[in-house]
Amino acid sequence: MKKKLTSVTFRGTPEQEAALLAVIEKHRDTPGLLMPILQDAQEIYGYLPVEVMQIIAKETGHPIEEIFGVASFYSQFSLNPKGEVAIAVCLGTACYVKGSGEILDKIVEILGVSAGDTSADGKYSVDATRCIGACGLAPVLTINNEVYGRLTAADMAGILKQYQ
Amino acid sequence: MVRTHVLICGGTGCTSSKSEEIMKVMEAEIDAKGLSEEVKVVKTGCFGLCALGPIMIVYPEGTFYHSVKVEDVAEIVEEHFLKGRPVERIVYHDKGDDDVHHATSLSETAFYKKQKRVALRNCGVINPENIDEYIANDGYQALGKVLTEMTPEQVIDTVLASGLRGRGGAGFPTGRKWSLARTLVPDADQKYVCCNADEGDPGAFMDRSILEGDPHAVIEAMAIAGYAIGATQGYIYVRAEYPIAIKRLEIAIAQAKEYGLLGDNIFGTGFKFDLKLRFGAGAFVCGEETALMTSIEGNRGEPRPRPPFPAVKGLFGKPTILNNVETYANIPQIILKGVDWFTSMGTETSKGTKVFALGGKIQNTGLVEVPMGTTLREVIYDIGGGIPNGKKFKAAQTGGPSGGCITPENLDVPIDFENLMAIGSMMGSGGLIVMDEDSCMVDIARFFLEFTVDESCGKCTPCRVGTKRMLEILDKIIAGNGTLEDIDKLEELANYIKSASLCGLGQTAPNPVLSTLRYLRDEYIAQVVDKKCPAGVCKNLLQYKIIEDKCKGCTLCSRKCPVGAISGTVKNPHVIDPAKCVKCGVCMSTCKFGAIIKE
Repeated sequence: MKKKLTSVTFRGTPEQEAALLAVIEKHRDTPGLLMPILQDAQEIYGYLPVEVMQIIAKETGHPIEEIFGVASFYSQFSLNPKGEVAIAVCLGTACYVKGSGEILDKIVEILGVSAGDTSADGKYSVDATRCIGACGLAPVLTINNEVYGRLTAADMAGILKQYQ
Repeated sequence: MVRTHVLICGGTGCTSSKSEEIMKVMEAEIDAKGLSEEVKVVKTGCFGLCALGPIMIVYPEGTFYHSVKVEDVAEIVEEHFLKGRPVERIVYHDKGDDDVHHATSLSETAFYKKQKRVALRNCGVINPENIDEYIANDGYQALGKVLTEMTPEQVIDTVLASGLRGRGGAGFPTGRKWSLARTLVPDADQKYVCCNADEGDPGAFMDRSILEGDPHAVIEAMAIAGYAIGATQGYIYVRAEYPIAIKRLEIAIAQAKEYGLLGDNIFGTGFKFDLKLRFGAGAFVCGEETALMTSIEGNRGEPRPRPPFPAVKGLFGKPTILNNVETYANIPQIILKGVDWFTSMGTETSKGTKVFALGGKIQNTGLVEVPMGTTLREVIYDIGGGIPNGKKFKAAQTGGPSGGCITPENLDVPIDFENLMAIGSMMGSGGLIVMDEDSCMVDIARFFLEFTVDESCGKCTPCRVGTKRMLEILDKIIAGNGTLEDIDKLEELANYIKSASLCGLGQTAPNPVLSTLRYLRDEYIAQVVDKKCPAGVCKNLLQYKIIEDKCKGCTLCSRKCPVGAISGTVKNPHVIDPAKCVKCGVCMSTCKFGAIIKE
C-alpha cells in the first residue's frame, strides 16, 4: 500500500527524544538494528514522522533514505499518527467472505475518512488490517484495541456513536 | 487439595471475546467462596473450536462450557464448583446417534473425533506460561535424548526417514534441508537456525495457536535442529501482530534459560544454543525464506535470487535453515515416538498430520489437525459441521493468496501435497476458507490479487507490474466492461508471471485467478457476456428491483433514496430507475416488506 506522509505537525517531547536515544543505544550492537529501533520508536511516538527518522539517521549513521525505505516497506510502520479513535477493520479472508468489505465501506461513508487515513482534526483514523486472528468472530473490527465481532454494516452507526 | 481444574482458553480468538476477564472474575469469585484451595484456574492455549468461544473445560469430569460470558461466572462457581451441578444452559450438547442432544465432553464431539493432534497436542491442555507443565507432558525429553544418545547425523537421518515435509506450504523435505545445512559448508564459523512465524496468509492462524498454546515445543525443536546442523544461535521471526504469542515466547525463552535448557551448557553436555526473537512488521513477502532473512538483517524484506541457497549463504551470509512453526512442533514427537509411529499417519508421499484453520462460511470455525489423506469432505462436513443456514457449498480456498479453490467435484480427493497441486491448489500453510453460493469467485480472486499487488515488494517486474495489470483487468470485468478477450489476456499474463517472477510470492500470485478460471469459468463468462454477478456481490453488475406484489407503496424507500431514483405514489407499487440508481442499497435495507431485491 502506498503510504501517505502525514500533514499533522510533529509534537515530540524531550522525554520522548530521550527515550528514543536510549533505545538506539540499547540496540547499537544488535545485528540488523534498524527494524528493532523503528519498532521501539513507533512504540514511543505512536508513529514514525520524518523528524524521528532524522534522529535515527544521525545517531546510527544509516542514511535517511534507507530508513525511510524500511519504514515505508512494512505495513506495521505508520507514517501517520493514529486517531484518538483508532478503527481497524479486519480484511483477512475469513472476515472478507463474511462481508467485512461492506463494513469498511460503511465506516468510510459515515466518518468521511478513507482507509489508511486520519481525519484532519486527529479524532478518527480508519485502517484496513490483515487477519487479527479472531476468525471465529468474523467479521471483526477493533476500536482502540477493543474487539467487536459478528458484525453487520447496519451495526456501524450504533457502535461509532459510542465514540463520538 | 485441588479437586477441580478449570481450563480456560487464552488464545487470541477467545481473548477477543473476553476470556481474560472471565478468568479474573472467576478467580475472584472462587476466592470469595473460599474455594481457592480446591479449585484451580488454568489459562491454556487454543482448544480449536473458536466458533464456540470462549471455551472453558472443568476437570476431572470434563464438563465442556462454551460461549461463556462474564455474567455466567458467578453461577458456574456457585452451582458447579460449590454444589456440584453443572450449569446445563451453557454446557455443550452434541447430537448423538439417537438424534437427541447430549451433554458432550470436548474429546467426544464430532469436531474432535476425526482429528489427530500431534502439532497441537499440548494446545488447550497445558498452561503455556509454565514450563513445568510442558516438562510434565514429556517436554524437553526429546532434546535430552538427542544430546545424550544420538549423533547429529542420526538426528538428521531420523527426520529424513520420518518423511516430514515443510508445513509452511512448499513441502520441502525437512531432513534434506537439515542435511544440506550440515554438510555443504563444513568449515563455517557460524550457522543459524530460524523459525518462520510470520504467518502472512490472511485467515490462517495455525502457527499463532501453536506459539500461544505450546511455545516450548518450538524452542525444543529449534535446539534439536541447532544440534543437528551445528548451529549455536537461533532466531524466531514472529509477526508483531501476534502480541499474545510474542509474550508467551518471551516467557518461555526466559524459563528455558533459567532451567538450563537454552544457553551455554545444555543438559551438562557442553552443547550451546541461544534464541532471539525478531518481530516482523506486516509484510507478506517476509514469509519467503530469503526475504525473511533480509528482514532480520534490518532491511526492506526483499527476496534474493537463489542460488546461493540459505543452506550455503543465508542469514548474515552464513549457512541457515528456516522451518515453519508447525514443522518444528512435529520434531520432538518424531524423536520420542519414532519414525514408524509418524509414518503410520498420512499418505505415500505426505506423512503425518496437517493443521488447518477453518474459516469463512462454515459452522465450526476453528483449528483442526487431521492425518494427511483425510478428504476435504470429512474436514468440512464431519469436523467443520458443514455450511451454515442451509446454503450450498461452492468452493474451499486453500493456500491463501498463493493457492487455489477446490470445488465440489474434488471434495473426495485425499488431502496431501501432490494431490492438492494436481487439482490446481496447494497445501499452503493451512488456511482453509469455505465459500458458499453467496460468494462471487471473481470477487474472491480479485480480493487475493489486490492482496498480492499490495504485498509485492517491487523488486522484480513480472510481479510488480504484472499483478497490477491483472488486477486492472479484473476491475474492468467487475465494473461490467469486460470482454471475452480480457479473460484470455488474464490467463496469458498469469502464466507469464508464474514463470518469470523472482520468488514464491510472484510465482504463485496468479494461482487464485487461474484456479477459479479453471473450475468456475462460468462466473467470469456471466460477468463479461451477461453482465451479471450470479452470486449478487459485484455492485456494478447488480440491479435493484422492486417486486410489484410485495410493495405496499409506503414511500419509505423513495424518501430514503439519496439520488431520487425511486418513483411511485402512495399505496401503489414503486419503481426504481436503473439510470439514476447508484446501487447504494439503502432502499433494500429500509424496506420493511422485503419487496426490494438485487440481481
